[in-house]
Amino acid sequence: MTERLDGPQTPRGDGDAAVARGASPGPDETTEATGGTASVEAKPSGTTHPALDDVATGEDGTTSSAPPALATGGPAAAKVSYGGSGNLGPSPRIAVFFLLPAFILLGAWVVYPIIYSIIRSLYDANGGTFVGLSNYGAIFSDSGTLSTIRNNLIWVVVAPSLVTVLGLIFAVLTERIRWATAFKLIVFMPMAVSLLASGVIFRLVYEQDPDKGVANAIITSVHDVFASSSGYPGARPRENDQAPVLVEKGAVVSRQPAQAGQQVLVPLVGMKPEALPSGAAAAKPASAAPGEVAGTVWLDFTPGGGTVNQMDGNEKGLPDVTVEAVSGGAVKATTTTAPDGSFHFAGLPAGSYQVRLPQSNFTQPFAGVTWLGPALITPAIIGAFIWVWAGFAMVLIAAGLSAIPRDALEAARIDGATEWQVFRRITIPLLSPVLLVVLVTMIINTLKVFDLVFVIAPGSVQPNANVIALEMWRVSFGGGGNQGLGSALAIFLLVLVLPFMAINIRRFRRDQA
Amino acid sequence: MRVKTTAVAAGLLMLAAAACGGQSSDTTTPSGSASAPAAKSLAGTTIEIAAKWTGDEQKSFQKVLTAFEEKTGAKVTYASTGEDTGAYLGPRIQGGNPPDVAVLPQPGLVQQYADQQALKPLSTEVQTQIDTNYTPYWKSLGSANGQVYGVLVKAAHKSLIWYRTPAFDDAGTQPATTWDELIGKTSQALADSGTAPFALCGASGWTLTDLFENVYLSTAGPENYDKLSKHEIPWTDPTVTTALEKIGQIFGKKEFMLGGSSGALQTDFPTCATQVYGQKKAAMVIEADFVASAAAQSGAKIGEDAKIMPFPKAGDTAPVVLGGDVAVAMKDSKGAMALLEYLASAEGGTIWAKNPGYLSPNRNVSPDNYPDDLTKQLAQTIISAGESVRYDMSDLAPSAFGGTDGKGEWKDLQDFLRNPKDVKGTQDKLEADAAKAWKK
Repeated sequence: MTERLDGPQTPRGDGDAAVARGASPGPDETTEATGGTASVEAKPSGTTHPALDDVATGEDGTTSSAPPALATGGPAAAKVSYGGSGNLGPSPRIAVFFLLPAFILLGAWVVYPIIYSIIRSLYDANGGTFVGLSNYGAIFSDSGTLSTIRNNLIWVVVAPSLVTVLGLIFAVLTERIRWATAFKLIVFMPMAVSLLASGVIFRLVYEQDPDKGVANAIITSVHDVFASSSGYPGARPRENDQAPVLVEKGAVVSRQPAQAGQQVLVPLVGMKPEALPSGAAAAKPASAAPGEVAGTVWLDFTPGGGTVNQMDGNEKGLPDVTVEAVSGGAVKATTTTAPDGSFHFAGLPAGSYQVRLPQSNFTQPFAGVTWLGPALITPAIIGAFIWVWAGFAMVLIAAGLSAIPRDALEAARIDGATEWQVFRRITIPLLSPVLLVVLVTMIINTLKVFDLVFVIAPGSVQPNANVIALEMWRVSFGGGGNQGLGSALAIFLLVLVLPFMAINIRRFRRDQA
Repeated sequence: MRVKTTAVAAGLLMLAAAACGGQSSDTTTPSGSASAPAAKSLAGTTIEIAAKWTGDEQKSFQKVLTAFEEKTGAKVTYASTGEDTGAYLGPRIQGGNPPDVAVLPQPGLVQQYADQQALKPLSTEVQTQIDTNYTPYWKSLGSANGQVYGVLVKAAHKSLIWYRTPAFDDAGTQPATTWDELIGKTSQALADSGTAPFALCGASGWTLTDLFENVYLSTAGPENYDKLSKHEIPWTDPTVTTALEKIGQIFGKKEFMLGGSSGALQTDFPTCATQVYGQKKAAMVIEADFVASAAAQSGAKIGEDAKIMPFPKAGDTAPVVLGGDVAVAMKDSKGAMALLEYLASAEGGTIWAKNPGYLSPNRNVSPDNYPDDLTKQLAQTIISAGESVRYDMSDLAPSAFGGTDGKGEWKDLQDFLRNPKDVKGTQDKLEADAAKAWKK
């Protein structure tokens, strides 16, 4: 605004233009007030030079206060400029004419929809019956809707502060590094991706299968470095009474106690033959020497059938399975199976033993984290939100950071303040207006979050991830068909957003003053 | 007062629709088809039809539209509604700018839009076509408040289990004819062989409702099915308990489902077909005929590696549950009625039938037209089953109960998959949600 006002001052003596425009002073002025496209100097048209001079000097001297006055209202601006020459003020009719487009657009797109939503929220699903406030009552009585409010609360508490803190950290750190611009560009890049596309990306990131989801791929590979999963996940005995072994508390145990000299069969199924280790050899019955308990652990499955509970020649043994001989609840001996699946317990005292394959043989491989399950879905989506918005916060905060007077920081450092003290006592207080703007903007953004939740959460956990904006859409259009309740939710959301809008506007005004 | 505000809203939304580049459906566009011969009675007419089909289904349908264009000289534009037809049509109806013809995925929507007076009754010509080509059952599906509004143009056979033949051969097992055989012998053998028997698409709630409907129709019989469809018996009825307990035989066994119930709940519809035919991790997927396209995309040969078994009898009735799309007129234009007449005719159905991914409920479309034996067989079962067929129950319910992601029956059955022991609690929740949805 300032430039627009000041700029035209200089060619004031442009007589031809001034005379030519003099014929229609009104429109010029209105245009100036609303859009600032026309020029001020045209209006005097050679008749009121002294007044104009006053205006010009006045404006030059108070550049900071003049622009808001001009920006906020045409008539006010006109008074400032032409206090003494009422005949040159804008004709109200023309002023209205020029304001009309803005009013129509605002009315059609903002004011009317709000008012209509309020009215609509007082009617039932079909819109025919007045139901008073019962739609609002439904919001607070339905457990599904209440959980959306709870989720929104989590969002508002967690997401904006995390985004702001991360943005602050990025901004402060990048200020000192050499490739700051490149780094900022990369962090800012997610902003270029639409929220919907980000949602699709993160749906894949959070996929449970480590072969597809990068989050679980990282977690499982890190986990496997420290605790490699071994053994035979999924292997289990057949579920029938003829099977010689059965599952007991996760371990596989023999149904009949074994005596010395006896052979124990441990046929297992539930695995593909291809999944056996390459060293596995064809299973052979283990011959038990006198005084020895022996047996075989093997995969009792041949593609296409095979005889149950018998080693069919090409069925392979399970190597390296831990086998325990248990007597009276205590483990008396432990051994592991040979490549053909056979095991021998030599030198056991006489008596009957139960053969047990402890659970550790069958532990499922670590499958990563169920990001898309009911428990973690909201944190997971908030993670995606942070990925998108952290760059935006960083750029805003970095801009604020560069505007901080360096001498204050230097003075503190000279006085012996540590870097942390400088950051804590000087940088942050000086940055607080920017931080607040970022925080409030993010709060508004999180209150109306929709697309990320809609895309990332699978249908089965949508009720757990649901937020007000999504519920509003679902209730009104996405199958619910109840636009009364939907409007009530919309108004509820509006009421939640309003205080933050007010904070932002007040802040903005104060900054202007 | 309501009328007035709606009118203003309509005006504004029309503005919005125009601004958003909505297809103009003026019937007076004189462009194109200048060389139309005299026989082309609708030359110069533009008809807009909205349906949810995409990909191959859309391609097949557009061949029918092309044939119609060549016959009549009209110009037909296809608008995709996306998965959520209601969300697409709702604003357009309110804005007074609906498509000429819309294809609704549920008969329940016929009633809903008829109540909103958004539908135009079918002309006598279209009704004649319906009477010649359809059994009365289908006609009643497209009717509301005593008026015929819609014609079922596309059917989906939902009483099927798709299986992967190599997995069955590997496990040495056979397709089952009864539920007990399916759970006992077939699934157990598959699980023993190291292949998960079922890939469930738990993230897509409608696949669970389809499973329930098949089991329920089979165990409780058609009469109870009709009553439950209309919520004349409560969901706490003992027949529902039986059906849920049967389903619990799958849901309750971790090794029967690929990834257990947690994995199943994260798997949406076409993904489960891919898990069976693409990744070859599971052996069976319980869903309708349209699995064929997903299976083919995964590289399976339909009829060889990918075969179907009729949904096994869980009780006394062999279940045949159908889904289907109902075409309705939203504008009373000549073009709209002509297009509906064409879609209801044997002529249009025959052209459609020659393309993949289509099953006609039209009894005068000869099964010989279908490109593969499998579809021929399906078409035959639908036509011969006649009145004893039942329509997908969840699609007959109010959409707040039977057709909304994360709500009603979808959510309750997903919760049941998560916790299959709680049959009683599931029934209570179903009943509570149903009561709410039917009250409106």
